[in-house]
Amino acid sequence: MSAAENAVALGTIVRRELVRILRIWSQTLLPPAITMTLYFVIFGKLIGSRIGQMHGFTYMQYIVPGLVMMSIITNSYGNISSSFFGAKFSRAVEEMLVSPMPNWVMLLGYVLGAVARGVIVGAVVLLIALLFTSLHVAHPLITIASVVLGAAVFSLAGFVNAVFAKKFDDIALVPTFVLTPLTYLGGVFYSVDLLGEPWRSLTLINPILYMVNAFRFGVLGVSDVGVGTAFVVMLAFVAGLSAVALHLLKRGTGLRS
Amino acid sequence: MSPTPALVVDDLRKTYGNGVEALKGISLTVQPGDFFALLGPNGAGKSTLIGILSSLVNSTGGDARIFGVSVNKQRNEAMKLIGLVPQEINFNVFEKPFDICVNEAGFYGIPRRVAMERAEKYLKELRLWDKAHMQARTLSGGMKRRLMIARAMMNEPKLLILDEPTAGVDIEIRRSMWQFVSGINAAGTTVILTTHYLEEAEQLCRNIAIIDHGTIVENTSMKQLLAKLDVETFVFDVTEVPGELPAPPGIALRRIDERTLEAEVSRGHALNTLFTALSAHDITVASMRNKTNRLEELFVRLVENGRNGKAAAQEKAA
Repeated sequence: MSAAENAVALGTIVRRELVRILRIWSQTLLPPAITMTLYFVIFGKLIGSRIGQMHGFTYMQYIVPGLVMMSIITNSYGNISSSFFGAKFSRAVEEMLVSPMPNWVMLLGYVLGAVARGVIVGAVVLLIALLFTSLHVAHPLITIASVVLGAAVFSLAGFVNAVFAKKFDDIALVPTFVLTPLTYLGGVFYSVDLLGEPWRSLTLINPILYMVNAFRFGVLGVSDVGVGTAFVVMLAFVAGLSAVALHLLKRGTGLRS
Repeated sequence: MSPTPALVVDDLRKTYGNGVEALKGISLTVQPGDFFALLGPNGAGKSTLIGILSSLVNSTGGDARIFGVSVNKQRNEAMKLIGLVPQEINFNVFEKPFDICVNEAGFYGIPRRVAMERAEKYLKELRLWDKAHMQARTLSGGMKRRLMIARAMMNEPKLLILDEPTAGVDIEIRRSMWQFVSGINAAGTTVILTTHYLEEAEQLCRNIAIIDHGTIVENTSMKQLLAKLDVETFVFDVTEVPGELPAPPGIALRRIDERTLEAEVSRGHALNTLFTALSAHDITVASMRNKTNRLEELFVRLVENGRNGKAAAQEKAA
């Protein structure tokens, strides 16, 4: 297909994903808003007031970037895994598989759709956070770049999960047993400097730590890890997971007989 | 110079991971503009063949060329040329028929404005326009099948493949579907049809291939195939069946009940002989009909012959 035709195909998938996100807003946008409001009330207001300052910010201000990034990650992952697996389950994915669309266009379309949901949810959560505290974005470009890259990493991971999944339980396992523990242990609620060894060193192998801290640096200007390192880690995950996803699509794993 | 065939299947093979050999090196050619029937019993390999042509199934040997374009080597280019109406419903039932069609066109890189015009055109032609903006799950079974035909037409394919598109559809809708597909074929689109309604295949298709156990057991024109029918069975509704039946030459007559006769007429024997014999025995014929569709008789015979031949060969080898 020509570049113009690929652009049309890409736009079609992204548009379809956005329509889906907005059509089922009560499942896609409302739950994270409610959950994060509870986090802000309980951890930020009630408990946070007793914790005091962290890296020169109130506890509420400190956890806002982590909670926003946590929403972005879980929603990007959830969007692509449920949408692509749903298409597989209903066999609607065959509409795309029998078309002349290249695999990379299909992958990019789903990833952009998932990143879009992550960004929308992140914006909603950030707006809710502003009801509880004031924030000044220290580095806007780093903030935007970390949001896009963090969402892209977990969109790609969700896509790989959906390709291998054979039943709906399979797409729920990873968020429950992998994503949630890594997120909670990824410096969302605390600075890793508070941890003793070997826990501090072990935390450094958690990729979510780099995403949370890159975003926190963008918003607050403080980070537990080097921002350059964080971006290298995110870019490496994007490249690695993209290669895996494209390889699976080329082989037709879970999609073609 | 002869035109490029619409489809050339060359020694195509498929062995699934569980060891099942679904296609054992089949070859066939479909000419452009043809209305081609692909028949076979359940599990014969028809859907595997269609799966390979539409790239949903990876072949394990051989190749298929659609208008000269290799499915193996130039998949994306080959897919531009075909439209597929699958056996099973495979669209998102929560989407609207109009959106399903427009999105399908989008996957082929067709600009949205053109896609919207085509969606309206084909949904109207398939009498679905009044349902275009309702969720697809509210459509009846027949409507869902027509929607899949409309969707397959969105890229205006040169080769349209219909995999049992009328399964479970009532006769009126079936006829309207065939009217539409015949029109598409008359306008130049090559059509490949699989169906279990052999009457349909006989009426619509000019050429035919019969697959059984992953091999082609017959590949010829419909006329030539039907000419092979050496015995035709007719059923007669009569006023009364006498105790003794006439025995005209080349015709085997038997009593079914007191008002029904069945006659097996060998090829080359005129029905006039039978009518003369019936009249001589004071048997009045109220009506007559073919016992089964002619193609059906041949189909069953070809498939059975193939199996008996295979069993005999296996016995001999043992």
